[in-house]
Amino acid sequence: MSQISINNLNVWFGEHEERVDAVKGASINVESGASFGLVGESGSGKSTILRALVGLVPTWSGSMAVGEFELGSKRPRNFYKDVQMVFQDPYASLHPRHSVDQVLGETLSLHGFKDIDNRIKKLLDDVGLGPTFRFRYPHQLSGGQRQRVAIARALAPEPSVLLLDEPTSALDVSVQAEVLNLLADLREEHKLTYLMVSHNLAVVAHMCDATAVMQNGEIVEVLNVQDMRAMNPNHPYTRHLLESAAGYNPTEIQSA
Amino acid sequence: MSNLLDIENLRVTFPTRQGDFQAVRDISFSLGQERLGIVGESGSGKSMTGRAILRLIRPPGQIQADRMNLNGKNLLEMSHKQMQSVRGQEISMVMQDPKFSLNPVMRISDQIIEIYRFHTGASHKAAYAKALEMLEAVSIRDPERVMKSYPHEMSGGMGQRIMIAMMLVTEPQILIADEPTSALDVSVQTQVLSIIDRLVRERGMGLIFISHDLNLVASFCDRVLIMYAGRIVETCDAKKLHEATHPYTRGLLGSLPRLDDPQPRLDALQRDPAWRDAPSVSGLL
Amino acid sequence: MTDMPSDIPAGKPGLRAWLLTDTPTSRNHAKMAAIYTGWLTLRSNPMAMVGLFILITLLFIAAFAELLAPVDPLAQDLAGRLARPGTPGHALGTDSLGRDILSRLIYGSRITLYIVTLVALIAPIAGLLVGTIAGYVGGWTDAVLMRITDIFLAFPRLVLALAFVAALGAGIENAVLAISLTAWPPYARIARAETLTIRNSDYIAAVKLQGAGALRIIVKHIWPLCISSLIVRVTLDMAGVILAAAGLGFLGLGAQPPSPEWGAMISEGRQFILDHWWVATMPGLAIFTVSLGFNLLGDGLRDVLDPKDGASS
Repeated sequence: MSQISINNLNVWFGEHEERVDAVKGASINVESGASFGLVGESGSGKSTILRALVGLVPTWSGSMAVGEFELGSKRPRNFYKDVQMVFQDPYASLHPRHSVDQVLGETLSLHGFKDIDNRIKKLLDDVGLGPTFRFRYPHQLSGGQRQRVAIARALAPEPSVLLLDEPTSALDVSVQAEVLNLLADLREEHKLTYLMVSHNLAVVAHMCDATAVMQNGEIVEVLNVQDMRAMNPNHPYTRHLLESAAGYNPTEIQSA
Repeated sequence: MSNLLDIENLRVTFPTRQGDFQAVRDISFSLGQERLGIVGESGSGKSMTGRAILRLIRPPGQIQADRMNLNGKNLLEMSHKQMQSVRGQEISMVMQDPKFSLNPVMRISDQIIEIYRFHTGASHKAAYAKALEMLEAVSIRDPERVMKSYPHEMSGGMGQRIMIAMMLVTEPQILIADEPTSALDVSVQTQVLSIIDRLVRERGMGLIFISHDLNLVASFCDRVLIMYAGRIVETCDAKKLHEATHPYTRGLLGSLPRLDDPQPRLDALQRDPAWRDAPSVSGLL
Repeated sequence: MTDMPSDIPAGKPGLRAWLLTDTPTSRNHAKMAAIYTGWLTLRSNPMAMVGLFILITLLFIAAFAELLAPVDPLAQDLAGRLARPGTPGHALGTDSLGRDILSRLIYGSRITLYIVTLVALIAPIAGLLVGTIAGYVGGWTDAVLMRITDIFLAFPRLVLALAFVAALGAGIENAVLAISLTAWPPYARIARAETLTIRNSDYIAAVKLQGAGALRIIVKHIWPLCISSLIVRVTLDMAGVILAAAGLGFLGLGAQPPSPEWGAMISEGRQFILDHWWVATMPGLAIFTVSLGFNLLGDGLRDVLDPKDGASS
């Protein structure tokens, strides 16, 4: 049974002449417990799909379902207990005036949990931060630490689906490795389903079982990771991405 | 042939409430007519090094060095006016995001012309022609239209190419590129890098390429310096980066996910405090 | 990286280190550390400290007026009227009814503080409410609230005060009301502008994804971020408020005689300015000093409260 099912999703911003179609006719199916990637360059619409799933986008058409929730224009309260998101920029996803304790405490109390103190301690342990981080403010945390707090916040309501919007793009390479390992461990421990957006093919190949490739709002190909690693794509754009990911190779200079 | 840059024991210090903070701690290296990559994570001091060379660090930050010579001339002893003529004329810098380095309220033509006229005193007409020439050199197909445009009308890749044109219009000897492609999409990256590659080669310039991307630096540069905590921990030929010996470099290489080499878990870097205390490795030629 | 390292006060290295720590151990510890860091930033700005000193002096004088004033401010002595400053018993001279100017200034500080406090409480809070609601909710609410703001912004302060006086009678409360009603619109605009920027950020999106409603978001997430710029703006506006109250007093629309309000004192002294300059000048200097104090402090507070922290890696 599909945990996440998106059918013919269209997302647009603006009306009439100013209308911009961010996502066109996207269809995705993610099985329960799987890890699925969304790869593309900026402007491809990949993050927009995530935002549409959680209800941060006002104008869309098509159908979306997560678990037993058929998604309409508003998200029911208990939807957020089941589906959570980790944002890309760790420097922008934490309120600058709220300490880690306040962030986690507020999340837990909004979802109706009672033993907040213990849960905060456990969450901080789960993401590899100790109790010393509990009362810090974001400006006292490094990028990797902030992202861990963001992950802890996402895990607080005990969701079954995590949407990850380029979770390690803003992080140093060594920190990225720690966070990716953490995400892999958490997925196994809590039996989570991941939908992960990234522009980095190697990261997606490492974390996901299959991935959709997006270009200009459309999904041009869905391929599984073996094909990706074997450099065996069908679509030329996928091939172009794979080649670019291999580092710099002197090629014909392309004019603007 | 002498080196373009010789730097010995460069130190950059910032005073803070908790005492002095050394962003760059006694590093030494030279730059010849080559492509030198400086690789490190955030906080390693790589960007500070680039800025220190151009003395772009504002007080109360301090730059000290035993030697910081451009073609034998001591950069640290230069007056403000002399430094102004070095910056942009002999050493130029391209930074990460053209959104923030291009003036949003000036037309592209005005920006390039301003730089050219400031350093060469040329007439407006001559400067205009030179600007057009540079835009063509960075493979912009419709330079007249771009000249009349404002930065916000340009895409990221275009903006970065315009930056490169602007920074190379005065034909400097050295280009310092600080994460020039990090804000760009992967396919545009290749384009911009090949432009930098061609121009640096054609003009016989020295290039300092600062980045966090090991693979990129390995494939693009000739020689690489790896920085950690303000010190250089290793230097090697770019082609041989994957045979590096220092545990930090090996750790960084090992922690990258690779398309061609699946691993169940990435080897997260274990930081050894001894790396911070060990003296800087010399990158002098 | 804006100031030089200070010397560690002898005997208190532990406390200072505790306050400067990067790893607070409890909510209170974190709060105190934040306050201490703010205090250090303020302290490193000499002009701001001058401003703070002036305002603390004002508070002190207002609090201990009974002890500090040499004479009853309302006691008249027609024989000793218009005495020069330095006359025994009257350090700053006397006014046209023989009342001691120094004592009147001292007691008048209370009125000044009263006006300033009331306006500082009413105007920014009203502006914050209107601005954040308009900015967050958007749409028709925003349009309507902003048009109301524009209407109040268009009112000239003195004309409104005159209208109030005509309707309700002269007095200091009505003056305060008139000033507040024309002072709140700029705060609404500031709050709205900040809200528009903030509401698109990821941390607001993140808390919406926890099911937070508009009220919680506005009060707990947006207000804390707006309050810094409002506080700075308030201190800078205080000078204008004092001058406005003085202006109203000057016109006879604010505090009524024999109340020693500084503006009213200037008005009374106006006719004697050529030969007996001190009657108008002394209260004028007092107003100038307090306004300056607020300006300097406001400038210093901007450095402390400006949320540059946490924005850069």
